Amino acid sequence: MTALASRNVNFLTKIVKCVNNYSKRLSSHFIYFPDNEAPVEGETNKMNMMQAINNAMDITLQNDPTAVLFGEDVAFGGVFRCALGLQEKYGKDRVFNTPLCEQGIAGFGIGLATAGATAIAEIQFADYIFPAFDQIVNEAAKARYRSGGQFDCGGLTIRAPCSAVGHGGLYHSQSPEAFFAHVPGLKIVVPRGPIAAKGLLLSCVRERDPCLFLEPKILYRSANEMVPVDDYTLPIGKAQVLREGDAATLIAWGTQVHVLLEVADMAKEKLGVNVEVIDLMSILPWDEETVCNSVKKTGRCLISHEAPLTSGFGAELAATIQEECFLHLEAPISRVTGWDAPFPHVFEPLYLPTKWRCMQHLHQLINY
Amino acid sequence: MALKAGVRVFRLNGLRPAVRLLSTHTRPEVQNAQNSKVAEFPGARAPYISELKFVSETSYDPIPIYRVLDHNGEVIDSKEEPAIEKDTLVNMYKTMVQLSQMDKILYESQRQGRISFYMTNYGEEGIHVGSAAALSPSDLVFAQYREVGVLLYRGMTVTEIVNQCYGNCEDPGKGRQMPVHYGSKQHNFVTLSSPLATQMPQAVGAAYALKRVPNNDRCVICYFGDGAASEGDAHAAFNFAATLDCPIILMCRNNGYAISTPTREQYRGDGVASRGPALGILTARVDGTDPLAVYNAIRAARDHALRHNRPALIEAMSYRVGHHSTSDDSTAYRSLEEIQKWNNDENPIQKFKMYLERKGYWDAGSDEALQKEARDLVVKTMQQAEKKQLPPWKEMFEDVYHDMPPRIQKQVKELEDHLAVYGEHYALDTFKPE
Repeated sequence: MTALASRNVNFLTKIVKCVNNYSKRLSSHFIYFPDNEAPVEGETNKMNMMQAINNAMDITLQNDPTAVLFGEDVAFGGVFRCALGLQEKYGKDRVFNTPLCEQGIAGFGIGLATAGATAIAEIQFADYIFPAFDQIVNEAAKARYRSGGQFDCGGLTIRAPCSAVGHGGLYHSQSPEAFFAHVPGLKIVVPRGPIAAKGLLLSCVRERDPCLFLEPKILYRSANEMVPVDDYTLPIGKAQVLREGDAATLIAWGTQVHVLLEVADMAKEKLGVNVEVIDLMSILPWDEETVCNSVKKTGRCLISHEAPLTSGFGAELAATIQEECFLHLEAPISRVTGWDAPFPHVFEPLYLPTKWRCMQHLHQLINY
Repeated sequence: MALKAGVRVFRLNGLRPAVRLLSTHTRPEVQNAQNSKVAEFPGARAPYISELKFVSETSYDPIPIYRVLDHNGEVIDSKEEPAIEKDTLVNMYKTMVQLSQMDKILYESQRQGRISFYMTNYGEEGIHVGSAAALSPSDLVFAQYREVGVLLYRGMTVTEIVNQCYGNCEDPGKGRQMPVHYGSKQHNFVTLSSPLATQMPQAVGAAYALKRVPNNDRCVICYFGDGAASEGDAHAAFNFAATLDCPIILMCRNNGYAISTPTREQYRGDGVASRGPALGILTARVDGTDPLAVYNAIRAARDHALRHNRPALIEAMSYRVGHHSTSDDSTAYRSLEEIQKWNNDENPIQKFKMYLERKGYWDAGSDEALQKEARDLVVKTMQQAEKKQLPPWKEMFEDVYHDMPPRIQKQVKELEDHLAVYGEHYALDTFKPE
């Protein structure tokens, strides 16, 4: 009996240890910092990011009779459920499945927009956008330029879930913003939560240039905010200063914003300093003014993104910041990013630019 | 329709259980063009006609579905029964049972949070073993992601498969990919990647390389789904295979769904098979729930590929009985009745078992023991896999390049230094020490 009991205890300990390890391994790597301020007055509803995106598309389909929404598995709501209920509401000719072909989805969307429609195209995972690279880079981005301004496909918005999710491995985790940031003619936006997602998506839909809207998929369900029910937009190309401070400027977009917000709290508690945290929001065009003004004030800058270091969008930021803020800089600009390796499955917790890595860099930055 | 007659059927010689394969030459007949000569444009040799004629998918009969067994596992035409040895037949069946038990347990283990992801193979077991048995083990496999039965048949162990799903230190893929992304050089099975159809033109290129090897006796088989067939890469693969005369079997697993998208929204026309003749590829359509039909078709296709250095396209019709993956609940877009109907009426494992029982190769007693043995093996293997640590974390940086460049070496050092200070915040004990 005693033996049995101790065996059970052993077994329990094992299970607890195992569950702990799994939770360490599978739990998300950040704390979500919700937006508490609504950008517009009026009624709000609690929404997660999936619902906020659904809401923005609902408003678009409601108000714009030319608008259509399509992609792989979109008819039943999409694999992340962002289109849930929209086919029932607006019909099969406006919300529909396409064959499984990303280059087709992008090209079809360009055509729709060329002919005057509003097109919201969903690519199932940003990792699968590359067959559409040619359509996006050579066609969408260059349509206005090559026609002397006669044609454009500004009515096209391509949505794609991106970034780490805890267990996505090589092909369900990538953050491909930098590939597209090299393409004049595109606009690229990454929201950090439901309020930003709704306002930015509605801006993208109405924007006169083709937009790539990258949705950090881990936020779909984990991010909840009180989102205004009414129609509103947030400007593309405008960053937001989420924390004000004087010790350093921390820049990120998407999920990583939340990592840096936690780092800002830790910095205050452990280092006794106030750092400024900027959500870039738009990758292309990006808000040079807000960023450079902040760095001129703080003299120190840390940029963090999930994508690999080499040629990540942080490189573009760093180059511009050193040009614009050279005489204000007290330390070299620090980049804390994913490593120069494909996004790995079981090593994800060590691959990501964790709050601890950011903390270490911030510490070095401040003590430089 | 005159064009209907243009689809000719012929028998391949040299194979006792001959399989009807459709000719690639679906040229319209000349009979209507009494007054016209055959035009010889660089792009087409065809008769002139003076009456405008459009063709559509109804201009041709649907490509028929070849089967050997009926749904009760009874041989329909004894001439078509392949001469497969008893041991091989039993091994095919055992592989199907092992696969099915593995699916059941690994699916459940994902539900319990033990592994992060899984994809079952229910309903398609017959395609896996039928094709694997007809191939030579040296034939090179490029697969999509729902073909693990081929690996099992080739001798990859349940242990290796389970280790891959756990991404532990004995995973041949070193924990880098999500579960079910298998690969084995030893078993001539190229490691999977998640993007769809990317393997298809690669498979064609590999076939071209094999063709150029002196005294080549290997072909390539490329598995892909009805959804993947819509990708641009699929068209590229068909066209390259045909124009560059590659010894490849293009094996479409048409299971009716691409995640939620049913085939009626994936394509119009006569399925994936109809694209074969259009691009000059010898093509047949088979019942994928019938392992013997798949076996005969692959044997014939392989013979054609190696004898003539030409591609063949097989469209194996089946039904995806399971959800797309553990991330999917398929009852959101199809009825339980539909799933049950296919699982009951055209169950590849059941019909193959009945076939074996009829031949006296199998009985209920052996079956019970086999099911238990297959289940126990997976459970035991999982328990062992769970105890194994993850690969050393430095594996994250290995194999990006053949030789690690200084920039990545610097990053390894940076992480090392970071962990020396902040190590307590990471589950480092889950990783195997170097």
